[in-house]
Amino acid sequence: MHKKSLQKLALGLANKDFSTIELTQYFLDRIEAHQDINAFITVDREGSLQQAAAADKLLSAGEAQPLTGIPLAHKDIFCTDGLRTSCGSKMLDNFIAPYDATLIRKFRQTGSIILGKTNMDEFAMGSSNETSYYGRVLNPWNKERVPGGSSGGSAAAVAAHLAPAATGTDTGGSIRQPASFCGLTGLKPSYGRVSRYGMIAFASSLDQAGPMAHSAADAAILLQTMSGFDERDSTSVDIAVPDFSEDLENNLEGLKIGMPVEFFNDDLDPGIASIIMNALREYEVLGAKLVDISLPNSHLSVPCYYVLAPAEASSNLSRFDGARYGYRTAEYDDLLDMYKKTRAEGFGDEVKRRIMIGAYALSAGYYDAYYLKAQKIRRLISDDFTRAFEKCDVIASPTAPETAFRFGDKSDDPVAMYLNDIYTISVNLAGLPGISIPAGLDKNNLPVGLQLIGQYFDEAGLLNVAHRYQQVTDWHTLSPL
Amino acid sequence: MPINNDDVEKIAHLARLGISPDRLETYTKNLSGILELVEQMNEVDTSGVAPMAHPRDTKLRLRDDVVSEHNERDKFIKLAPASENGLFLVPKVLD
Amino acid sequence: MEWETVIGLEIHAQLKTKSKIFSGAATAYGAEPNTQACAVDLALPGVLPVMNRDAARMAVKFGLAIGAKINQTSIFDRKNYFYPDLPKGYQISQLQLPIVGEGSITINVNGEKKTIGITRAHLEEDAGKSLHEDFHGMTGIDLNRAGTPLIEIVSEPDMRSATEAVAYLKSIHSLVRYLDICDGNMQEGSFRCDANVSIRPRSQEEYGTRTELKNINSFRFVEKAIEFEVERQIDILESGGRVVQETRLYDSDKNETRSMRSKEEANDYRYFPDPDLPQMVLEDWFIDAIRAELPELPGARRERFISDYELSDYDAETLTTSKELADYYEQAVAILPSQPKLIANWVNGELSAGLNRNAIRITESPVTATMLGQLLTRIDDNTISGKIAKEVFEAIWRGEGNADEIIEKCSLKQISDNSTIEPVIDEILSNNPNQIEQYKAGNGKLLGFFVGQVMKATQGKANPKQVNELLRKKLDT
Repeated sequence: MHKKSLQKLALGLANKDFSTIELTQYFLDRIEAHQDINAFITVDREGSLQQAAAADKLLSAGEAQPLTGIPLAHKDIFCTDGLRTSCGSKMLDNFIAPYDATLIRKFRQTGSIILGKTNMDEFAMGSSNETSYYGRVLNPWNKERVPGGSSGGSAAAVAAHLAPAATGTDTGGSIRQPASFCGLTGLKPSYGRVSRYGMIAFASSLDQAGPMAHSAADAAILLQTMSGFDERDSTSVDIAVPDFSEDLENNLEGLKIGMPVEFFNDDLDPGIASIIMNALREYEVLGAKLVDISLPNSHLSVPCYYVLAPAEASSNLSRFDGARYGYRTAEYDDLLDMYKKTRAEGFGDEVKRRIMIGAYALSAGYYDAYYLKAQKIRRLISDDFTRAFEKCDVIASPTAPETAFRFGDKSDDPVAMYLNDIYTISVNLAGLPGISIPAGLDKNNLPVGLQLIGQYFDEAGLLNVAHRYQQVTDWHTLSPL
Repeated sequence: MPINNDDVEKIAHLARLGISPDRLETYTKNLSGILELVEQMNEVDTSGVAPMAHPRDTKLRLRDDVVSEHNERDKFIKLAPASENGLFLVPKVLD
Repeated sequence: MEWETVIGLEIHAQLKTKSKIFSGAATAYGAEPNTQACAVDLALPGVLPVMNRDAARMAVKFGLAIGAKINQTSIFDRKNYFYPDLPKGYQISQLQLPIVGEGSITINVNGEKKTIGITRAHLEEDAGKSLHEDFHGMTGIDLNRAGTPLIEIVSEPDMRSATEAVAYLKSIHSLVRYLDICDGNMQEGSFRCDANVSIRPRSQEEYGTRTELKNINSFRFVEKAIEFEVERQIDILESGGRVVQETRLYDSDKNETRSMRSKEEANDYRYFPDPDLPQMVLEDWFIDAIRAELPELPGARRERFISDYELSDYDAETLTTSKELADYYEQAVAILPSQPKLIANWVNGELSAGLNRNAIRITESPVTATMLGQLLTRIDDNTISGKIAKEVFEAIWRGEGNADEIIEKCSLKQISDNSTIEPVIDEILSNNPNQIEQYKAGNGKLLGFFVGQVMKATQGKANPKQVNELLRKKLDT
């Protein structure tokens, strides 16, 4: 049951092979049985079963939509009306969101079930899920290793089959890198494709929500519900949403896959390099052509990102001040003391580091050297992609420079942690869509992800390219449990 | 190192973050490391490059001037650490 | 030493939109605390701003009215600071590229015209309010006002006296109300002003160190606060001290300014473009449509009043302070086109006195422009005297009818008939032989005494001009 695709689950519900209540209870039991993974911050047993009962009524009434009755897990960054929304932080440990994020509202409208809210790096700041106030998440493939981050809880939940699919968010790789570490298909849509309303902001010009699933076909179904213009988000783009499942089977004959010479070099881990090259050879068999392209400024993406993202975050996180909601320190002398203690106690180290870096980059005398410089580099990085796409249809690279690492390996060294996102970050800076798909296992039996980057709003193209690969390979079907 | 303990204390104050004295040195070290990383940006000459604030140079959409939100005070005020008579309470603000 | 005062004003005008600048919550004044603060205004986690088109429209309207350059591409920036009335921890404002660029306005001080430069006007959101009544030693926060659209109008340091500053402030106040973009209510805080004040030796080119005066919420206080501050700075400099650049609060009870040290700590606002709001691009058609609906502006109307109605600068200035007052005046003139000056005197005299006494607005006057025009027509055609007209005016105010009805009802018609006046004069003359003798002996002032007696005897209804003429004729022969 737990290894069924979304389409098969929907079919089973339609055929009354099982009810939504049975299906929901089944996953609730699995969550219970695998508590050690710590994939969830909040499990909504009662709510999910109520939703299941309502979904069963829709199913019997013949009013089912594609996701009706399908249990899903949502990253704890999306506001859910009446349900705690913590963002992985002590700051919001007591925060029962009073409204639904647009994305949650859409999932509710399809009749899907919210099993609960998944663990994550605090305020989505991290690449290992070690910064969560709710503790580390174990990688189901190897419980001594990290699941990746920041959407590590969603990745672990789907990899361990505690939910058929989940949502995540990606600011610098937070969907794709954990998807890579946990052997999943994870898509970061184009900036503006999915509404950010109700998704707790980390870096507003980079954040984007997306699906995490076992296959491109499943991801396409989730993305269908998530996508679309939202008048509550000024950065949401008002363009038509295609049927993401329609073109999955398209032929790849003549597809040009660009290989950035800056990524495929001697710095690349040989084990990962050979797995990625095997995957690309598979694409050649499917009719694609490999072409060399250049992204000359890509090495500056991490430095650029670690100015822009913290700068935006430092401002976005100012609202957490203990005045209107969330955590407030118990004892204080005056207003200033209340602010400082509340934020000192409510935020973890990594969040504080990024707030301080951001505040510094924006402060008088440093703005030009850091923030403005980074905005200019961002333009160069974006322009690199525009030029590259004159020569190819999609760009391929490893998703991460390594596979899942051990707990504690990088947690004392922020810079080493940041460099884990070298292949993913430039995609956020440019606002392009990117997907990570399982492409093999390394010598430690850990999943390796292949990243494919598409042109603006060509999620359908990316899903097609991913799906065709998954039709001829079975890496995405491997399971740790 | 690009920044010292004094700088970190100043930034922490600006960001309203209390930093305990025994952690100051670690923050200074960490933040300096990050700043060294980001200073790699200086390798590239960016004169004449237009800064990019948004991933795509889109235009702002304007909303009709319509009152669309109703009073939800009771729902919101429940979230407050301290409140009275529909007001959020904070430590005394001095002008 | 002779000192020159240099003043620049920053005016915050709340725009008259129905909803907030970045949310759909209402902007109405006076609601119960926090009942008009929605999720966006409270800065709940995850919420996002969406810009109100009418706020942009009103700002453009202002820009066109001061002949400013409209920046068709403008940018919203975040101004970061922590304060409980600022829920996001930043204010959305415009720093680098404001919607309205450089413009100017002409003011009139003692008959002299002066052009005051306006550096810029930008859109931003208002903050909430801190209520300092004692909540067990805490402060209450009401966020109803948070997110109300404002334009901040920044002048050049072009004013040289408190009088000029007030004249400028009044001109802007009148302008925003003409444009119908701000209700101008200073008590409710919808029109507020900060003043940057410095002094320098009269011959000196460079500016002195300035202080910023906050919390001056009436025209009178602006004048007083600046005057106080100028004296304070002169005292400091003349006793060999230095003016400190700082923010000072005006205390109207004590009529003094005092330092706001709490706001002085290194203000580093870390402005940067708001990533939630792409650049605002206003198309030509948007601006042209606003230009097409601009009303006649106070300056132009004042000039027209001077040339068309031959009014004094003072009268024209006063009558054009508000659009409603100027409209009232012109409606009255339409009834009695031959007497614009008489009408101006009445509007600026009896009528404004009545409005002030009853603390009501011109639009609420019980004496309408038509009623006033009719009343003054009766002075013009000698039906009643000016003095009687004042009584009739009071009666109209009390709602006793229109001028003609009251004149009829109370038999107030002026007596302009010699055959009725002469017998009265004759009787008075015969009763006062001593005064006649004194008059004839050269005490010309006694003419007034006789006029008074006649008017008294006729209950003021005799035509004073005729009474004068007849008396002269009888006494001087």
